Amino acid sequence: MARVILTYSFAKQFADGQTEIELPGRTVRQLIRALEARFPALEGHLEGDIAVVIDGVVHQNALLEEVAEDSEVAFIPPIGGG
Amino acid sequence: MSEQRRYKWVGTRQNRPDGADKVTGRARFGADFNLPGELVGKVLRSPHAHAVIKSIDVSKAAALPGVKAVVTGADFPEQPDQLLPAGEMQVNLRDVTRNVMAKEKALYEGHAIAAVAATTAAVAQEALSLIKVDYEVLPHVIDVQEAMKDGAPILHPHMRTDGVKPAPEKASNIAKRLEFNKGDAAAGFGKADIVIEREFTTQPVHQGYIEPHAALASAAEDGQVQLWTTTQGHFQVRGFCCRLLNLETSQLRVTPSEIGGGFGGKTVVYLEPVAIRLSQKAGKPVKMVMSREEVFRASGPTSGGWVKVKMGAKKDGTIVAADITVALQAGAFAGSPVGPSCMCSMACYDVENIHVVGYDVVSNRPKVAAYRAPGAPISAWAVESVVDMVAQELNIDPIDLRLKNAAKQGTKTHYGPTFGVIGMVETLEAAKASPHYKSKVKPGYARGVAAGFWFNVGADSSAAAHVGEDGSVTIISGNPDIGGSRASLALMAAEELGIDYKKVRPIVADTASIGFNFVTGGSRVTFATGLAVVNATRDMIGQLKQRAAKLWEVDVDAVVWEDGEARPSSTNVGKFEPLSLAKLAASASRTGGPINGHAQLNAQGAGPGFGVHIVDLKVDPDTGICTIDRYTAVQDVGTAIHPSYVEGQLQGGAAQGIGWALNEEYIYDAKGRLLNPGFLDYRMPVASDLPMIETVLVEVPNPAHPYGVRGVGEVPIIPPMAAIGSAIARATGVRMVDLPISPPRLSAALDAATPRMAAE
Repeated sequence: MARVILTYSFAKQFADGQTEIELPGRTVRQLIRALEARFPALEGHLEGDIAVVIDGVVHQNALLEEVAEDSEVAFIPPIGGG
Repeated sequence: MSEQRRYKWVGTRQNRPDGADKVTGRARFGADFNLPGELVGKVLRSPHAHAVIKSIDVSKAAALPGVKAVVTGADFPEQPDQLLPAGEMQVNLRDVTRNVMAKEKALYEGHAIAAVAATTAAVAQEALSLIKVDYEVLPHVIDVQEAMKDGAPILHPHMRTDGVKPAPEKASNIAKRLEFNKGDAAAGFGKADIVIEREFTTQPVHQGYIEPHAALASAAEDGQVQLWTTTQGHFQVRGFCCRLLNLETSQLRVTPSEIGGGFGGKTVVYLEPVAIRLSQKAGKPVKMVMSREEVFRASGPTSGGWVKVKMGAKKDGTIVAADITVALQAGAFAGSPVGPSCMCSMACYDVENIHVVGYDVVSNRPKVAAYRAPGAPISAWAVESVVDMVAQELNIDPIDLRLKNAAKQGTKTHYGPTFGVIGMVETLEAAKASPHYKSKVKPGYARGVAAGFWFNVGADSSAAAHVGEDGSVTIISGNPDIGGSRASLALMAAEELGIDYKKVRPIVADTASIGFNFVTGGSRVTFATGLAVVNATRDMIGQLKQRAAKLWEVDVDAVVWEDGEARPSSTNVGKFEPLSLAKLAASASRTGGPINGHAQLNAQGAGPGFGVHIVDLKVDPDTGICTIDRYTAVQDVGTAIHPSYVEGQLQGGAAQGIGWALNEEYIYDAKGRLLNPGFLDYRMPVASDLPMIETVLVEVPNPAHPYGVRGVGEVPIIPPMAAIGSAIARATGVRMVDLPISPPRLSAALDAATPRMAAE
């Protein structure tokens, strides 16, 4: 099971306040689907304006990236730069 | 930098491929492009900070001889009020189209209201004066805290604060609320021996790129459009313009000019869609160039902000809790960098209990744009100042205090992820060991220190490598070269191919000549496009080995590529003379045709960067003038592909940060009109204001890149403000909390503090 992390405000708004959730999934997309199944209010909020951090590594527009059985996958606000 | 040379070309200081053109004036910047029969485009801008546009009458302007086209907001189709992809970015196109050309309201002084294209600049200017706009002037709000108050003038009646549950019914200028939490901050403060709480402000500051925005558009009768523009991302320009004007991407070809600075400010569009629309209506090319005044009034600076920090620590220096609130001004439309600002605020430190709340706030100022490490310098100004106050209160060396609390591999951040390989500790240790920090502070001077963090990004890049018949190589990428990226890309290609750097020519291709590339921004190009170039050259090397294998009639696995030539992998393969790149290129047609390498990727794993800055300065108590005597920027740079350009990034960021700290601010009158839209009154540092900025490059290679590259251009603008503020506090005993710490403001603060200090 991957350990999925949501920001505090995101969790309060869409995931009953749960910031850390153990979920099955071998890709980011599978984790998103599992999250949306558990928290329907999240639907559509995890595939757009958001960055994904897999085991400490920031991914932009991640969808099909693989995650390991014990990966930490965090969804955070988007990151740009100057 | 490490003295141990691991590579032949990477890490060397070669001349930049575009250097000769730039020092001889041959390089063409945005305003240097021209076409036969081109018209001059000019923009009419709002004189009001906030007003309803009741009507616009362009009839007299359109009738003026020489005027070929006039456009208003009505010429740009309505866009949906939702985040949509445009050039691979998620943007609210309803807002973008209104920022390009106002529709129902003018939301800041300088907001574009209409535009004309005419045969001469004089005619265009006269035509603007003939456009009659009927405004209903509304109350306005400039300051971020004022904009958040109940009863503040509302910019967007439809705006409700996102991120609040239940969803508010009332309109607000607060577009979004964010919250991050780790541990229990309230409980953490209970364990603290000291608690420090302060409020800080910063002013919006402009990127100050020397080259103003410029665009030349040519729309043909068959619907095809060409555009030449100065931009950090011509693929983004294509994306924005196609969305705003209902064009297919294949109809619009965008060629980037050389760029005279961007720093994030040229990742959006202002003139480009207007020039295209005018050209479509006029049937002729249209060229538009902003004046410096227009750049200040109508293009995006970074946010101003208000930050409240409460921090608790034990006597031994362990920081046990932090509670932070960040409110950032977004300008006229939602979308400040408040998310990164909140996330970066405490990222340098491994602290058990952290709570951060952020607000994205609109006000009657130009929509903000990116500026180096967007948002991070604002929260760092406050947090790093308070960290210094903790060090002072506990009488601990400010670097030692930071080392005690430094984030490291395995640190769980307050925004969620756990850090992998990072270089915060190494950077602090390098700062402590630097000649600057080991030197004694001169009498009359004081020293300040501050740290900074930025994530860095990767994203989409494409690259191609073509070998000519003589064995020289062209590297084709699609990122405008802001900071010497052509040289860095060529160095990595030369290293891979094992050929002389001078045999590699890097070029920046237009949108029709190379696959998609995300913007030159976020310090991503040397990392992400560099990765694409490495992969493209490896693709080419694979083909070169295949050609050698064919000629030698051996298996391709029996061929290796070393020092720019194909060689048998062992003596067992047979006795063959090595085949150089030039020899293989000369016979390419007979061995299978041209040899070209390609690569395209979404680069993941951009390594985060940390920096520590040290400044020695003195304060003239009579005038409030700060004189910087010595300045050192220390940074984890991964691997310095071209050390001179890496050092230049650190020096440039420090210089801009010094301006942010000491001088730069927008000054508005009571009606919300900008009073200092020029470099004379908007005072950026010049060479005579600054000492030579020393650099220390700490190389902690990024494991996600074959050469260990980390982005380097964001971090160096984060620490300067707090380093300078802390040096001033140590010099004078007065902790400044509002930027800029300009001579009049500092002088007044010192005067106000004098009776108090005397009494104490």
